[in-house]
Amino acid sequence: MGWIGETVDSIKSIKIRQLLTQAVTLGMIVTSALIIWKALMCVTGTESPVVVVLSGSMEPGFQRGDILFLRMTKEPIRTGEIVVFNIDGRDIPIVHRAIEVHERKTTGEVDVLTKGDNNDVDDIGLYADGQMWLHRHHIMGRAVGFLPYVGWVTIIMTEKPIIKYILIGALGLLVITSKD
Amino acid sequence: MHSLDYRANALLIFSVTALAFICAIPSFSDKFSNQNPSAEIQILNINRFKKQSYGNDEVSLTLDITADLQSLFTWNTKQVFAFVAAEYETPKNSLNQVSLWDVIIPDKEHAKFRIQTSNKYRFIDQGHNLRGKEFNLTLHWHVMPKTGKMFADKIVMPGYSLPDAYK
Repeated sequence: MGWIGETVDSIKSIKIRQLLTQAVTLGMIVTSALIIWKALMCVTGTESPVVVVLSGSMEPGFQRGDILFLRMTKEPIRTGEIVVFNIDGRDIPIVHRAIEVHERKTTGEVDVLTKGDNNDVDDIGLYADGQMWLHRHHIMGRAVGFLPYVGWVTIIMTEKPIIKYILIGALGLLVITSKD
Repeated sequence: MHSLDYRANALLIFSVTALAFICAIPSFSDKFSNQNPSAEIQILNINRFKKQSYGNDEVSLTLDITADLQSLFTWNTKQVFAFVAAEYETPKNSLNQVSLWDVIIPDKEHAKFRIQTSNKYRFIDQGHNLRGKEFNLTLHWHVMPKTGKMFADKIVMPGYSLPDAYK
């Protein structure tokens, strides 16, 4: 009970200058996080350096809720590599393995066919109508590293947004009522 | 300075840092493991070799695959994904890689094996270039760790070829 009284008191006693300082500090924290994220994008060469595994199509290697670290280099795609790709018209990226690669002599362009380890058939059914192969521009990156279970935080926040709001609300309260 | 919020915050930061460190260490230790895998592949039979209705060559073959991948397993290994790919060149493509067969090896005991199997995935060319074609059979393996960096390597076995005529 005393804690609630304390919180109410500190909200009542907020001064403008203190509020502004806290707003600037918060802004700095958010911008630093953004800078780090963009720097990671530059270093790894891909738009999403970290992805969460959402489906069971790569089990038992990758389970739902694991996170993958991605890198994208100029090296051409080769079979066996685990690639993360987007299909035109769908916004959820898919993480599967390349099982067939054909590289053109003239242009260096590659045709890639993928398949999830846990699926019985290749991904032709997943591609857009009439599409037989993936090309470089569909592929966001290759998976190079892996951490188990950490992605569950993101999955829970996406599937139950109420938790996201509660978390942000609590953080906001913490920032406003702290004496620093 | 000693309120609940500060203590909870400090505890959270410390535990996340410690966890990250613990996850990085086994991955780092993988660098020092001594690995010497071996493999041998024989083609037992070409079952079918024809040209499809849309003009692409298709081959069905039976392979005899012997491999010992036990040395790839460390305490940080979750599974090894191994596959055999046919690799060859055609007039239009500088490289074609077609995966013929794959397996998920969950532990060291299953990593030494001999198997006779027809190709799991269809061997279809982009075109009709396969008559008399010489190709390599490459055994690739991808090690998926319990945490950390994944690594991969392969053994290239050259010298295989397809018949000069369809059958």
